[in-house]
Formats: sequence, C-alpha cells, structure tokens
Amino acid sequence: MLLSELDTLSSGTVAAIHAGQDLRRRLAGLGLRLGIRVKVMRRSPFNGPLQIRIGHTDLILRPADAAHIEVQTAAS
Amino acid sequence: MRRIALLGMPNTGKSTLFNRLTGAGARVGNWPGITVDLLAAKILLGGAMIEVVDLPGIYNLHGFSEDEQVVRRFLESQPVNLLVLVLNASQMDRQLALPLQLRALNVPMIVLLNMADEAGRVGVRIDTERLEEVLECPVRMMSAKFGTGIEKVRECLARQIELHPKLVQADSKVIQDDQRIEQQLDTLVSESVHTPIRLPTSATDRIDQALLHPWLGLPIFFALMFLVFQVVYGLGVPLQDGLEWLLGHLKEAWLTPAVAGWPPVLQSLVVEGLFDGVGTVLTFLPIIGVFFLAMAVVEDSGYLARAAFLMDALMSRFGLDGRAFVMQIMGLGCNVPAIMGTRIMRSPALRALTMLIIPFSLCSARLQVILFVVAAVFSPSAAPAVIFSLYLMSFVMAFLTAWLMKRRYASNEPLLLEMPLLRLPTWRFLGHESWRAMRQFLRGAGGFIIVGVVLVWFLTHYPFDAVPASADTLAGHLAKLLEPVFAPLGIDRLLSIALLFGFVAKEIVIGALSVIYGVGGDDLSTLLGARLDWVQAYSFLLFTLIYTPCISTVAVLKQESKSWRLAAIAIFLPLLLAWLVSFGFYQGARALGF
Repeated sequence: MLLSELDTLSSGTVAAIHAGQDLRRRLAGLGLRLGIRVKVMRRSPFNGPLQIRIGHTDLILRPADAAHIEVQTAAS
Repeated sequence: MRRIALLGMPNTGKSTLFNRLTGAGARVGNWPGITVDLLAAKILLGGAMIEVVDLPGIYNLHGFSEDEQVVRRFLESQPVNLLVLVLNASQMDRQLALPLQLRALNVPMIVLLNMADEAGRVGVRIDTERLEEVLECPVRMMSAKFGTGIEKVRECLARQIELHPKLVQADSKVIQDDQRIEQQLDTLVSESVHTPIRLPTSATDRIDQALLHPWLGLPIFFALMFLVFQVVYGLGVPLQDGLEWLLGHLKEAWLTPAVAGWPPVLQSLVVEGLFDGVGTVLTFLPIIGVFFLAMAVVEDSGYLARAAFLMDALMSRFGLDGRAFVMQIMGLGCNVPAIMGTRIMRSPALRALTMLIIPFSLCSARLQVILFVVAAVFSPSAAPAVIFSLYLMSFVMAFLTAWLMKRRYASNEPLLLEMPLLRLPTWRFLGHESWRAMRQFLRGAGGFIIVGVVLVWFLTHYPFDAVPASADTLAGHLAKLLEPVFAPLGIDRLLSIALLFGFVAKEIVIGALSVIYGVGGDDLSTLLGARLDWVQAYSFLLFTLIYTPCISTVAVLKQESKSWRLAAIAIFLPLLLAWLVSFGFYQGARALGF
C-alpha cells in the first residue's frame, strides 16, 4: 500500500521508498527510513498535503511525493 | 583568529543559540566561493577573541540542496578550531545521524542537545555519558530559548578552544556511506535515548484540531492573517507617516534655507533628487522593522508551516507553496518587506518565483492613486466595484505570472516541511531579525534606490531651463517617443510622464500629476474628471496596478535574489502584462461602444 493511500489516523511501516537518491536522503534526514512507523495525522482539503508523524516529528508532504513511499499496515 | 562553526538541522534552535552567544553584534560575512550570506560575530571567550559563524541548517552532510552544498564548501575551504553541533533533544532518533557523519571529518566537535525542556516534557530521556563515549566528544544539554545550561556551554566552548588552539581543515571526502551510518544510528539511539512508547496527547495536537480543521482551518488562517496585517500596518504606517512628516519639516526648515544661495540646478538636485531619495529609503525602515517583528512571531510559533499545509492545495498548482501566499497577502500592505520575507523559503527557485508575484499585490501606495482617480472619475456607487475588480486583477496577474514562469523557476525540491510543535516565541530575540533586516535594506538597497530617484529627477528636470516635468524635458521627449505605445491604451502624454514618476514610488503619481497639470488637490480631481472618461481612467488604473514595481521593490528584489536577471524580469514582464491588459481592456471597451 502507498503512504498516500493510507487512511487518516492509521499507521504503517515504511516498506520501500521509490525515489531518487537525493529525495531519499532528504527523507532519511527527516527520519523517514525503511522500517520506521508512520501515522497519517490528517489531510489538507482539496487533495492538499498530508501531515504524517514519525516518532516525535511531524512532516508535511504532498500526496504525489507520498505516492513514492510504500507502507505495510498491520492488517496486510 | 580562532573560529567556531555552528551547525545543525533546521528548527533545532541553532540561530537562537547563536543570538545568545553573540548578542546583537552579528554581521553578514562574505566568504570566498560561498554565494549566500552567512552570519558571523566575534565574541570574547575565555580571554580570546573568537569568530562564531552560523552555518545554514542541514539535514545531511552530503545532500544536494543549496544549503547542504554551502555547508560542505565552507567546511572544505575554511579551517575551524571547533565545530559546534546543535541537535534537537526531542528528535534524537534522526538527529544523531549528523554527529555520526561529522565525526569522520576529524575536526574537534562538541554536541549540544537543545530543547532539553521540550524533550523532557514528552518524556524523552538521554544518556549523555554514553553519547560522549560513542561520539568521542563533549555532549551538553541546554535550552537556547530559556537560557538554561548556556553558562556551562560557554565554559565548555572556552575549554575546548584551549585544548584545540590550531585551526583544522575538514576533509569531507572521508564521509561514510549512509548504510553504515544508519546501522550505527540504530544502535546508538537504542543505547542512549529512551523514548516513551506513547506520547502524552500534547497541547499542540489539541490546538491543531482547530487550526488545521478541514473547514475551520482556512477561515482561522484568514482571520489570523488579517490580524497580523492589521498589527503590522496599524503600527508601521503611522510610524512611516511620522517619519515622513519629520523629513518634510527638516526639508523645509533646514535643508531649503541651507542651500538657498546655491545655483538653482544644484538646489533642485539636493532637495528634490538626493534628499527625496534618502527620504524614500528611510521611510521604509519602520515598516520593515515591524514586519520582521510580526513574521518572527508567526514563524517561531510554528504557525507558518501550518499555513503552508492549509494553502498548499491551491498554491502547488502554480508552482508555489503556502508560504508564498502568506507573503502575497503581506504584500498588500507594502511589497518591500514581503519580498524580504521570502527568506523563510530555502529553495532558490521557489523563492524567485514568489518574489516575481509579490509586486502584483495591490500595495497601500498604489491604493492611494487608485482611490484618488476613482473618486475623481467614477460615481460613488460604482467605486466599490471598481476597487474590488482591481484587487481581483492583482491576484489574477500574480497567479498568471506564476503559471507563466513556473517552468523556468521550477522548484525541484518537493514540499517536505517539518511541522514543529506550537511554541511561544522568545521575546528577547524578537528584535534581532528586525535590526538585521533594516540594516541589510539600508546597505543592500539604499544606494540603488537613491540612484533611481536621482535618475528620474534628471529625466524630469533636464534641460534645466525647461519647466520641470513639462514636454520640453527629457521625460517629455520620452513620452512623445512613446506616444504610439500609450495612445492605444487611452493614456495620453501627460499621464505617461506621471507613470515615469511612479517608478520612484507609486504614491507620488498623484503629486506628479499636480505638478504636470499645474493644479493640486480638489482642482486636480475636477480636472481629471473632465479630461478622462471612465474607460480611459480604468485603463490608466489597470496600468498603474500592473506595471513595473517601484524602485524600492526592484532594489530589494535584486538585493535578496542577487540576480540581475530576476530583477530585469521583475521590471519588464509586468510592463508587458500591463500594456497587454490595458490594451485589451481599452480597445475592447471602445469596440463595444463605451
């Protein structure tokens, strides 16, 4: 499942990041790495960005960028 | 000179620490090979003068963002005695990657864990002794914001400088690959940082329920923007008016008599050229000062990231982000501080694009011209609709420009912002940004503005035996030359001379008109009403709204972007757009029989 498809207020574990090295490093710098748990806190209306929580850090990213990140939910 | 470089990730309170350590004495320094301004200050520490340099916030030592390249180039070219790394203590799980990378540079380092208070509140416990062991350098806890632990930090810095009196050059080639760092990071975090599994529901989350609410979020955002706008211009404009009044008095009571015996040309140059130029520069200072005070509160509180979250869905369509919208709104008061305010954006392309759209914001100076002409030509019942349509046009032009230029200034960095915890700003450092911004405006844009004002003075006064701003001056000849260009817009020669004055400052268009027509106040209003029909007047207003921003706006745009090309685009693109819009409107309205 893609991070962009994850329901609001549900969590998943980062399973894969399909992005260039540059974006990968930025994501890693912000704490978004393989095996890390992320929770979608809320979505901005009109297909706006997602607010996600990783540990103690909250990040804003656009759905298009979140679609590069694959997550595994407890159910799947 | 001994040197300390301060570095850390963004939002770690690095700049707050810098301000704590250095007081208000910081200057923007130039470094060979480095294109951005870095703050540096000399401080007395342990009996020696030491230069402290504040490097940009970075996430990673080998990333490719502009900031990361700046830091890397600095470390490769400038030897230092000591690296001071500031980490956010409540985000150790990711921030510890940075000291693991830096360790490989073989430069003496100390690690400061900032925001110890916030970390404690969310229940994070840190084993600093274990960290010192693994990182092989001193580790100190502190709170830059509240000043706790600062004395210990100073002592530690002084001792480390004594222990490492030699400047050391970093060797960035030895940085380890990410894979190994990640393994080390996981081990180090699990050994030294204890994080509670469940966070206590913090106050931030509760407030965010309202601030970021799907329906309430935007109304609250607009209400807050309105409030900030009222505070900035409610305070700034009276200060500006007061300064203008003071300068006017100085000019009348002191300057004019002082130069009375001089040749008339020299008198005019000093009074109407140089003094007015200096006056133009000075009157921006109060607005810039108050603006940066207010923006520091908005940014420090963590709300700016939330504004970006709320407005991004709209702005991303135009290649911009939500912060650009905040600056666009602030530009409705005055474009100059709004352009300086784009400093909050790190991506150069995004910043450039935002700087191009801000000048379309209908600022209070242009509003003065619009109100005067509307009152002179339109009926009171039509006036509100006319003014509203011009505000609408201001946003249409801004978004059109963004849409036209977004490929050229495409930001390759995705929107990836941290949403910090909401916090109260520290009042003690609030003024620093304002001081810095005012000083930079004086030094960076002041000269440019004065030259521009003197240039327009020359155009409207040469040859010196002609009546100023008349058809015999250079400006008059220019207007005659450009008549074929302006005639299809319904703008006659005299009006086009006034537009030339508008390049100095938009509000003097009215003053220029009264000089040109030789009448002032109510008489000018009657004259305009008689000479212009509503189609001509509206065409003139459209042109006034859209065309080339004032010299001060262009000057700060050049100062902030360090790019002549961008300044040239900001001058000529609006000119072209203004012509096209006025042409379309005037010819269309005439064709329809108005």
